[in-house]
Amino acid sequence: MAEQRPPKVIVTKIGFDGHDRGSRVVAAYLRDAGMEVVYTPPWQEIAAVVKLATEEDADVIGVSSLATDHRLVPKLMAALRSAGLEDVRVIVGGIVPPKDERLLLEAGVARVFHPGGALGDIADAVRALTHERRR
Amino acid sequence: MNKPINRPVAQTELEQAERRWQAAFEASPGAARRAVNRSGFEVKPLYTPQDWPGERYLETLGFPGEYPHTRGIYPSMHRGRSWTQRQLIGLGVPEDYNARLKALLAHGASAVSLIPCNSVFRGYDADEVPEELLGTCGTVVNTVDDMARALADIPIDRISCALNDPSPFTLLALVLAVAKRRGIAWTKISGTSNQSDCISHFVANHMFFRLALPGARRVLVDHIAFCNAQVPGWNPLSVVGQHMQQAGATPAEAMAFTLASAIQYAEDCQARGMDPDSFLPRFTFFFDISVSFFEEIAKFRAGRRLWAKIARERFGAKDPKAWRFKFHGQTSGVDLTRQQPLNNIARVAVQAMAGIFGGLQSLHTDSYDEVLSVPTAEAARIAVATQNVLREEAQLTEVIDPLGGSYYLESLTDQMQAHIESIIARIDAAGGMYQAVEQGLVQRMIGDSAFAFQKRVERGEQTIVGVNAYQTEEDPDAYSVLEYPQRERIAAQLARLAEYKAQRLNAPVASALDALARAAQGSANVMASVVAAAEAGATHGEICACLRRELGFGQPLAIV
Repeated sequence: MAEQRPPKVIVTKIGFDGHDRGSRVVAAYLRDAGMEVVYTPPWQEIAAVVKLATEEDADVIGVSSLATDHRLVPKLMAALRSAGLEDVRVIVGGIVPPKDERLLLEAGVARVFHPGGALGDIADAVRALTHERRR
Repeated sequence: MNKPINRPVAQTELEQAERRWQAAFEASPGAARRAVNRSGFEVKPLYTPQDWPGERYLETLGFPGEYPHTRGIYPSMHRGRSWTQRQLIGLGVPEDYNARLKALLAHGASAVSLIPCNSVFRGYDADEVPEELLGTCGTVVNTVDDMARALADIPIDRISCALNDPSPFTLLALVLAVAKRRGIAWTKISGTSNQSDCISHFVANHMFFRLALPGARRVLVDHIAFCNAQVPGWNPLSVVGQHMQQAGATPAEAMAFTLASAIQYAEDCQARGMDPDSFLPRFTFFFDISVSFFEEIAKFRAGRRLWAKIARERFGAKDPKAWRFKFHGQTSGVDLTRQQPLNNIARVAVQAMAGIFGGLQSLHTDSYDEVLSVPTAEAARIAVATQNVLREEAQLTEVIDPLGGSYYLESLTDQMQAHIESIIARIDAAGGMYQAVEQGLVQRMIGDSAFAFQKRVERGEQTIVGVNAYQTEEDPDAYSVLEYPQRERIAAQLARLAEYKAQRLNAPVASALDALARAAQGSANVMASVVAAAEAGATHGEICACLRRELGFGQPLAIV
């Protein structure tokens, strides 16, 4: 079997909230699972995330949100499209009410993960989305 | 009269009895199961006088209100006066906040607490940020007019106000400006700057800071000096273990980091020539209360005893008020589950009881739906009612420190204290808390503990009801969540801000901001200038922008 480059995933937080336990735990888990993880501290600007995705040739962007910053994700999706990065898959994890989840999925987010979800499910999703992107 | 001849016999009988029980226990089902608490201590199946002989009572426990305060900081504790019911509130525009505050005060809350919008935390006015984030999980408060509306009809000379207000403490400045408008003397204002501990925010949750760490460090000491002199009923410092425990620190680590931070701040005040007997009585603490019941009680008792010792021995404080470990507790949000959310009401009750038995001075109980959204009005009411039930019905408060003297709890309290002291020694060896944070020592410990806990959950070693056991199928739409503020309300708030800026006198604002910049450049008290700027009509965002320019913008010290 030809050796596959591991998935490359950005784990980030956009907006104003700083609660980063979720993003740190997910980043550590994905790294332990053999993926290449680019972790950013909280408070990233959307433009900075798009730039990072370009520079790193990321397969997946994981956005963690505890305090309604997920409401900015549709803007992130639009910015990725304008930058020609519509193939980069975006997943969101955190406190996302059901109505907002539907809005995010309509905006092109691939998956939304909630508190209590298994880390293994997030890793599986990142692998599957990477596979889709590279196909 | 002592009868020494009897003691060895009694010991032998006790030992024989214990061996007998040990054999019977080991033959029983489940005897092989190991139990470990969140701080990593092995928990035995039974504790006896062998574990805690109860000697040196006066030295280790003593009486409530007397050194070393193990049993409480006041002689009467909750028997004499209830803890303060201080529910965190933050939503929408000032009128939304005011309505929720009045409702909770009517239901039994007994103090004010204000959480501003995240844009305010970051140091911006509403007209500088994306509209989607305004008022979604905190109240938009930018001007003295906003604060006046938020606190309309609230007797701020008689009720204590806690403000989630990081450096440079603009919300307190706005409250003081409102007090002046109403003719209330600042000596009548009481409350707490409950997010003033800049270190905890740089290492965990990264919420409550606006300025780079060296500037924040200096402004904090200015703030303490200003309040001690001008607003003597105000607690300028709340040293926060809550963020670190929510971010993953174990209860023992969270207590150790908190005390190490308090030591750092006290040293900073001393370096300014301030007297521990003047500033320590206004130091307060703020902790997370997890559902690990006995461990939390032991954490609080150990922390209280240790702080009394640190204040008296390390800082040489002579005033007994300076030894008091006054703390606010908040039930742990991380313990709450999105699955079967009504179960959270039971979790919160257990957490709250741990805080009460731990001897807290004020308490926030989480709403069961905090894991779904900002609390709905009904869930917020139930959280207050939970405290009412515990206080009024359960007879928890008749006896002071009712679990004191338990072989288990006292042994655990001793073990907790020894572990906390060993972590403080590591931080001392690193050169104090600022150094330990700059080296990443504290962040790594927190991150490792968070990851270890999550792995215990994933392996099923830590059961969480509804998450990795007792799961049920649930309709995600079964529970109502708080709606975001309507666009028209946010638009009206933005219009009011524009009108405020257009109508005020600009010359005094400019000159106050200029004075603030000069204070920051020199060594004058920055907090005094922040308050003067707020009184002159400067907005929150303008004050923060000025200090960002002078003192630098804070970035999270986050690592994985």
